Amino acid sequence: MSKAIENKANGQNKARSAWSEIIRRFKKSKPALFGLMFILFLVLVSLVTIVLDISNPEIYNNYVIKQNLRNKLDPPSWQHPFGCDEFGRDILFRVIWGTRYSLFIGLISIMIALFLGGTFGAIAGYYGKHVDNIIMRIMDVFLAIPSMVMAVAVVAALGTSTSNLLLAIAIPQAPRLARIVRASVMTVKDKEYIEATRALGASNATIIVKYVLPNAMAPIIVQASLSVGTAILNIAGLSFLGIGVQPPTPEWGSILSSARTYMRDAWHISVIPGLVIMITVLSLNLAGDGLRDAMDPKLKN
Amino acid sequence: MSNTILKVKNLTKNFYTASGVLSAVSNISFEIKTGETLGVVGESGCGKSTLGRAILRLHEPTSGEIYFDGTNITKLPPAEMKQLRNKMQIIFQDPYESLNPRMSVSQAIAAPLLIQKRYKSSQKHEINQKVLEMMDLVGLARRLVNSYPHELDGGRRQRIGIARALVLNPKFIVCDEPVSALDVSIQAQILNLMQDLQEQFGLTYMFITHDLSVVKHLSNKILVMYLGQMVELGTPSQIFENPLHPYTQALLSAIPVPDPNIPMKRVALTGEITSPINIGEGCRFAKRCLYAKEECSNVSPEIKKIEPGHLVMCHLFS
Repeated sequence: MSKAIENKANGQNKARSAWSEIIRRFKKSKPALFGLMFILFLVLVSLVTIVLDISNPEIYNNYVIKQNLRNKLDPPSWQHPFGCDEFGRDILFRVIWGTRYSLFIGLISIMIALFLGGTFGAIAGYYGKHVDNIIMRIMDVFLAIPSMVMAVAVVAALGTSTSNLLLAIAIPQAPRLARIVRASVMTVKDKEYIEATRALGASNATIIVKYVLPNAMAPIIVQASLSVGTAILNIAGLSFLGIGVQPPTPEWGSILSSARTYMRDAWHISVIPGLVIMITVLSLNLAGDGLRDAMDPKLKN
Repeated sequence: MSNTILKVKNLTKNFYTASGVLSAVSNISFEIKTGETLGVVGESGCGKSTLGRAILRLHEPTSGEIYFDGTNITKLPPAEMKQLRNKMQIIFQDPYESLNPRMSVSQAIAAPLLIQKRYKSSQKHEINQKVLEMMDLVGLARRLVNSYPHELDGGRRQRIGIARALVLNPKFIVCDEPVSALDVSIQAQILNLMQDLQEQFGLTYMFITHDLSVVKHLSNKILVMYLGQMVELGTPSQIFENPLHPYTQALLSAIPVPDPNIPMKRVALTGEITSPINIGEGCRFAKRCLYAKEECSNVSPEIKKIEPGHLVMCHLFS
């Protein structure tokens, strides 16, 4: 209280913490807020389904995975708003139950990729020269292998499980993010304020983490939020090959890829999960964009 | 000897580029006494800034020695170098580039204190006090404490840069063209501020600039650089009243005289600046020099002492 008075007496701006400032600015962007709300909604949906699975497994067994061939390929109706798939299962139920797989595998695998790629990319970009050459040539080797082939190789080597699936999605994405982080770090590291920080005696680790990365964040956030969409589609591809999420587990990508055969007769099986993936990726992008803007003090008002 | 704060001996800095060896600073020696100001002048790209940064070891010197307070700091290990950075600081040319855009004024001024662990980050009140004290010292209004650099004008930003350099209480500051990015009216304010601070804290400056008139009023000694070499060193009166090196003469003749009745006698330099990559023997100024002789382009000149404290590197005086 006394400090507030003192500040007022000195005519200072109100001191705000960095995070409350970011949140305040984030809230001003309607699209970003929509994106965040939709992602939070999806998180809520997945949590509810997890709770339902524990308390009442019958719902999962009777509505999500039980085949009912009489409803095969039914178009959307009042009873089945999203229609039914090739085994007569209600797509609405499958999309709702599939949320947790798609969203969490997508998000967590990109976080892993961002951590791996970010670390190597930042080191390569900051130190340059031989370190850069060695790290980036190794990354190039990884980039040269198609991501699907690499994912298959990882799963084949480690075996089918959710954690291996995360790695299989993350490892092909890591070099892509490493490139973005490296390029972004290189543009920032030669700025005079970095040199000023070095003249103050800060260690390289402090400079990278506290000074370079925050200023290199903008393209990284955008790329990472875009990559989540790629990751969701990669899961679908892996599921299609039979090494991702195993059927009959409902996962958006696998619903989409199995619908491929019935595209002519039943558009809704592919369009509806496709739309859901699209809106999710869009929301992640909008939220990522908003976060990038909110973290930039130059766009304060 | 005791009051010599900085002694530089045969300092050389080469950059190894794809097209050859770039000689940025070549064999420069000088001393600065405590509380004095050394002005370093020369045209763009002559290695002034590299010299300043090499002394602070922001660029590792290729060869030569740097003594600070009698200690050889040329090969000091990182931990001791970090301690030493408490005593030597730098003010940068461009206040738009030298401040982190994500740090408010208070964060920028507090950063040195946290990096050098003068305070723990939990001692918010003490840090805040110190920040406000520094802001008063450099003439920044306290209400700006939470502003970001992009909200402020060049002069105010440069005051932040000065506060950041001063907050650790250094003895020696390299000023790398601190006013050349500012408006003329603000230049004077900042220069006055820097002079006041020098008197108040007994600071020693190494003042890098391309503006001779700035350095004339500020320095106790002037070092003229051309293509990485020291071509002349002397007191302001020696340099301004009796410039010896043809390059210094040309530089001085470029200062405008504020009197239309005095005709300007310009020593116009012709020719282009020699490329600093893979320089051979001979005087580096020979190609543009009005008095160049045969030996100038073949034999490197030696540094000659003409009178006490006045050194020149030119064949005309050998």
